[in-house]
Amino acid sequence: MNFPILSSLILLPTIGALFLFFIKEKEGNNTTIKYVALFTTVVNFLISIYLWIAFDQSTSSFQFIEDRIWIKGFINYKVGVDGISILFIILTTFITPLCIISVNNSVKNKLRDFLIAILIMESFMIGVFSALDLVVFYLFFEAGLIPMFLIIGIWGGARRVYSAFKFFLYTLLGSVLMLVAIISIYWITGTTDVVQLYEIGIDVKYQNLLWLAFFSSFAVKTPMWPVHTWLPDAHVEAPTAGSVLLAAILLKMAGYGFIRFSLGLFPVASDVFTPLIYTLSVIAIIFTSLIALMQEDMKKLIAYSSVAHMGFVTLGIFTLQQQGIEGSIIQMISHGLVSAALFLTVGVVYDRMHSRLISTYGGLVSVIPKYSILFMLFALASLGLPGTSGFIGEFLILMGAFKDNFLVAVIASIGVILGAAYMLWLYKRVVFGKLLNEDLKKILDLNRSEYFILSCLAAPILFFGFYPDPLINTIEVSVTDLINMHNTNIVSK
Amino acid sequence: MENLNLILPEIFISLSIMFLLILGVFKNDSSKITFNLSLFAILITTIITFNETFSVTRETLFNESVVIDSMSSLMKIITLIGGFLVLVISSTYLKTFKIYNIEYPVLILSSILGMMVMISSNDLIVFYMGLELQSLALYVLATYNRDQLKSSEAGLKYFVLSALSSGLLLYGCSLVYGFSGSTNFDIISNQLNSEEYVLTFGIVFILVGLAFKISAVPFHMWAPDVYEGSPTTVTLFFTIVPKVAALTVFIRFLYVPFLNLIDQWQMIIVFLSIASMIFGAVAAIGQTNIKRLIAYSSIGHIGYTLAGLATASNEGIQSSIIYISIYVVMNLALFSCLLMLRRKDQYYENIDDLSGLSKNHPLLSLCLLLILFSLAGIPPLAGFFAKFYVFKAVLEQSMYFLAIVGLLSTVVAAFYYLRIIKIMYFDKEKDKYDTDHSLWLKFSLTVSTILILLYFIFPSQLVEVVSRINII
Repeated sequence: MNFPILSSLILLPTIGALFLFFIKEKEGNNTTIKYVALFTTVVNFLISIYLWIAFDQSTSSFQFIEDRIWIKGFINYKVGVDGISILFIILTTFITPLCIISVNNSVKNKLRDFLIAILIMESFMIGVFSALDLVVFYLFFEAGLIPMFLIIGIWGGARRVYSAFKFFLYTLLGSVLMLVAIISIYWITGTTDVVQLYEIGIDVKYQNLLWLAFFSSFAVKTPMWPVHTWLPDAHVEAPTAGSVLLAAILLKMAGYGFIRFSLGLFPVASDVFTPLIYTLSVIAIIFTSLIALMQEDMKKLIAYSSVAHMGFVTLGIFTLQQQGIEGSIIQMISHGLVSAALFLTVGVVYDRMHSRLISTYGGLVSVIPKYSILFMLFALASLGLPGTSGFIGEFLILMGAFKDNFLVAVIASIGVILGAAYMLWLYKRVVFGKLLNEDLKKILDLNRSEYFILSCLAAPILFFGFYPDPLINTIEVSVTDLINMHNTNIVSK
Repeated sequence: MENLNLILPEIFISLSIMFLLILGVFKNDSSKITFNLSLFAILITTIITFNETFSVTRETLFNESVVIDSMSSLMKIITLIGGFLVLVISSTYLKTFKIYNIEYPVLILSSILGMMVMISSNDLIVFYMGLELQSLALYVLATYNRDQLKSSEAGLKYFVLSALSSGLLLYGCSLVYGFSGSTNFDIISNQLNSEEYVLTFGIVFILVGLAFKISAVPFHMWAPDVYEGSPTTVTLFFTIVPKVAALTVFIRFLYVPFLNLIDQWQMIIVFLSIASMIFGAVAAIGQTNIKRLIAYSSIGHIGYTLAGLATASNEGIQSSIIYISIYVVMNLALFSCLLMLRRKDQYYENIDDLSGLSKNHPLLSLCLLLILFSLAGIPPLAGFFAKFYVFKAVLEQSMYFLAIVGLLSTVVAAFYYLRIIKIMYFDKEKDKYDTDHSLWLKFSLTVSTILILLYFIFPSQLVEVVSRINII
């Protein structure tokens, strides 16, 4: 038996959290606490990089599989990765240490508990992306609600209670139907093992209902219009690190779920419901872009832009074209980096001015130039400028969409223009213009750790923008295989 | 000759009760020693039950009026352990209210005895005897804090309503007896058939009586008042131990005498289950008193256990038993937390008293947080698995409506659990509570919280124990 590398990835943050639990909480210990958390997550990141290096890109079958009896004769604890999931795991392990570095000033009280929550969250998120059993997946998927609820509720802003409740109840409501579907799958096929389910397939007559049940969960989590309303609230009230985790990783669980489960398990139903997804995605892209244009709160604007970007992702996934799905995965990775970066840039000025309103700012370029440059890079990446990772994703998605449905692709392209409009307008109002607010003159440019975090995020955005091959190579075989499987299923029907 | 070893636990516990009563007469100031001796008695009874009956598959005694099988032995052990822990964490509370008397352990022991008889009963008369023995002890226990108006009120309410339900139950029993000509469950099972419409009345009366005992909606009205008024430790006893016993009897009734009449009772159970789940979730939202809230939440939980029973399958019965076992652990943990809210000899039981608990008592509030999330059924805590098994069984029978309503009501229920967490974690803190709790209280809280938290690592064990129970 090989070394259980995936389980150690899942467990390590929890072990780190356990360590933190036994460190006494007092003023002098804060640095130690932070270093312990940072150390754990960095080690986790290095392990995940090793995972990527050791990963065999030429096959679409699952690798690093661990399969243990968990509930006898019913559920096995089964984890493994393929080309689709490995990137999300690396994204998770990459973003979490940056989150931990960023909690410098924003979290004043109970730093230890905050870091424990983030570490446990990391465990659950890696678990979601590596689970190969539906019940195990559900367990991780739902368990993430607890730490996130606490992160928003304890360390959030003024309306934190409302937002935390909304986040929790919306997601729970979506997920319970998925649980019904998972148990039903068990009774229909006799297993909840994803690999086996891929092989035996699920009877066509059940697929539509099961697909809808999964959809109810993923649609809330993605979030898709019209159930997206929890997201702006949660984002705005969560502390910076929480918003980053939410935007960068939590939203990706649903996109990943669509690819892995909706497409993989219910190919026929996916075909049936493609128009539904197209409609909702297009509405999300146009509608939330327009809403984003009108926002006065920076965090809220970025939150709405996330909804729009996730609209592209769902659109791409259900084009069922090679380019579309690859584009969606790259878009998710890219959005993970870019939205994280944008929330952190907002966090930087929020820490200094304690205001998220766009009208507070203006003319920042003359006071904090370094910040303005990095902000520009992220804003451009968000609107999908060639040379950034955002472009690759959006371009591939639109290519896939044009192949499949011309009208949808044209409307979605309008969304790209709107995206450019709200992002550039935001940038113009915050960074350019006259420096009217006197307080702004005193603020300092990026300090060392902020500079470090933002550059860490900028590097892969640019790198994958110019050279997306490492990403595409990793996912290509798995996606091809997924589409082949889908097509054979459709034909055999 | 009957094998009396099988009812040795009952014999031992009745002898202990008599001995303790005599001891109380002859020894002054004997409350402490009675407490310790009764704990000892429960412990020994548990061991005897385990040794003598745990490996028995099915044996009957006294003209088949008493049955010992894997279900009865498991449920007796849960009852005994529950009773032991209730008794062991009661002492500080009782001392505070100056009601630390010998009657308390004796009453608890006799109600446990009644429940054990109920659990083992295979005959209408034996069942009714056990039921009345436990009920009479419980009436007195509810009024135990007799200087308080609320406690007396609780006892009286419980007595009147419970007597009414016992009356209904007896009426039902007599109807069933009239149609089958026997009081023995097995014979009734063979005699009954669904042709007789009047028989349905008998079943309904019996089910109403039983639903009253487990406080399923719409026969729940007594629960919130009685739970609120009774002394907290007695409330704890009410919420776990009699429920285990009553559930066992419920299972026994449905699946032995009424087995052939599934069409008649299945819809009733489904209705009770759905009504309890929804009502328990919705009514708890507005509560301000924790004990009342627990009353409504336990109504909801009973709804889930009934959902398992409604399936008419072994899988469903097993899932109900798993549910009730996990529920016992969660409630024990919850009440241990509640008993820790003590400041200068005064106990606090309003939800607002939890305000900002996390600032002053981080460990206690962490435990409470885990317990509440577990009660809400959020993975990976034990409460999730309890619901998971139940819905697995429900969906096996393709009862999609029941499953979906049940799961949606967990979302509603999650709201009021979250509200408590919100008050604990997000609100302003109040004065500190005392921290000098008895060792047993800390022990029961720690052990039950760890069980809740780490259940997911070894989920198979409980399933294996329960899977020996095959009623149908």
